Amino acid sequence: MTRNLLLPALPLLAGAVVASPALAASVTITIPQIKVAEYHKPYVAGWIEPVAGGAPRTIFVWYDVKKAGREPGTKWLADLRSWWRKGGNTMKMPADGLSGATRAPGSYTVPIPANLPAGQYVLKVEAARETGGRELVSVPFSVPAKGGSASGKTELGTITIR
Amino acid sequence: MRFRTIMMIAAASSALATPALAHRMWLLPSTTTLAGTSEYVTVDAAVSNDLFYPDHQPMDPAQVSVWAPDGTEAKIENPSKGKYRGTFDVAINKPGTWKIGMQRSSIGGTFKVGAEQWRVGGRGRPAGAPGAPGGAPGGAPGAGARPAGAPMGGPGGPGGPGGQPMRMVATVADIPADATDIKLSETLSTYAVYVSADAPTKLATTGKGLEFDPITHPDALVSDEEASFRFLIDGKPAAGVKVTLIPGGKKYREAEDAQELITGADGVLKIKWPVAGMYWMSASAEDAKPIDKRAATRRMTFTSTLEVVAP
Repeated sequence: MTRNLLLPALPLLAGAVVASPALAASVTITIPQIKVAEYHKPYVAGWIEPVAGGAPRTIFVWYDVKKAGREPGTKWLADLRSWWRKGGNTMKMPADGLSGATRAPGSYTVPIPANLPAGQYVLKVEAARETGGRELVSVPFSVPAKGGSASGKTELGTITIR
Repeated sequence: MRFRTIMMIAAASSALATPALAHRMWLLPSTTTLAGTSEYVTVDAAVSNDLFYPDHQPMDPAQVSVWAPDGTEAKIENPSKGKYRGTFDVAINKPGTWKIGMQRSSIGGTFKVGAEQWRVGGRGRPAGAPGAPGGAPGGAPGAGARPAGAPMGGPGGPGGPGGQPMRMVATVADIPADATDIKLSETLSTYAVYVSADAPTKLATTGKGLEFDPITHPDALVSDEEASFRFLIDGKPAAGVKVTLIPGGKKYREAEDAQELITGADGVLKIKWPVAGMYWMSASAEDAKPIDKRAATRRMTFTSTLEVVAP
């Protein structure tokens, strides 16, 4: 009965309350359309930092997986300069289940690891685009799941955890 | 990582161990952070007043050494010396933190023969050699009897009007037996820039002289994060080390914006970065513990170029 009352008013919270921890949370990342003469799909990485301190954990990285040769696609991973310091520089690419090709403008949903211990976290999403800009967006959230949302201004659109 | 002893003969090393006041020697790497081990850094090397604006003297890339993360020596490639700027490339082909720069030790100072002051080693400008125009004041030791090794009638000795350049010998070994008031000082100078491929690794220390033992890795500096740097002398935390920190690009602002900092009792100093960008950092200390016992004092400098990224 209480649930019925709450649901319309607080769909997000109610959903979280109803959901058992087993129901995996996810994050939806929006890559905006950018009208420029020379457009390249951005490199984007997402990682989770415990607010209390501890190792950051990468949950996805999108880069030019196919480009090989003298200048492989991995060369520009360091342009995701925050992610690079927060774990990128120790990862082997491609990383199973984490790395993938760059994405065209649109919305993409990535699961948040189900085995995060209860606590406060910040999800960070960083995008860097060849001949374009670079942006870092932070979304605080907590486990058990309480979602959140934030929006970039240039290289990233809305980032929503639910 | 041995020290290389060089003779501080004027002209030969005016750019290195003894930069003239305000003239700063610098190395400027194209980046300090690389992804993977198939990349190069390209480095500018020069001496100038303003950082990192080459408008005065190039540095000869031949003076530069490279140490891979495992401590082995590596090579520079494509060295070139232009009017104002030397350049060279380094293949950063192993993961970890590379060191690129120079380490030098030298000994210099003054002594007297009779009433006349002599100098050991050059200080930027050729000093008058025995027998140079203008000669020595009357009564000085016979000019013809000077020790071998003194630059006889050397290139310089401009001995300008009114100038009575101090006489000099090239090395400590050339100090004559009848010298008095011998005052010698040892100078140890290190210039190092650090470039990391993939994950940065801890900087090696040798336990000799003034060394940089950073707590915050120099290749992980961010403008909104305070950095902690420790300095050591002979392997122990060094209090009272003076550190000058200057952001590059003075011509695009009003002032040099230098910070003068001093290490605490634990040898550590904390740095707040006013802006992101490349910084020139120079630490100096002096003590009475020269390695070469002919010297009474030891001057030590450690200089680096640091890259601080925006958050």
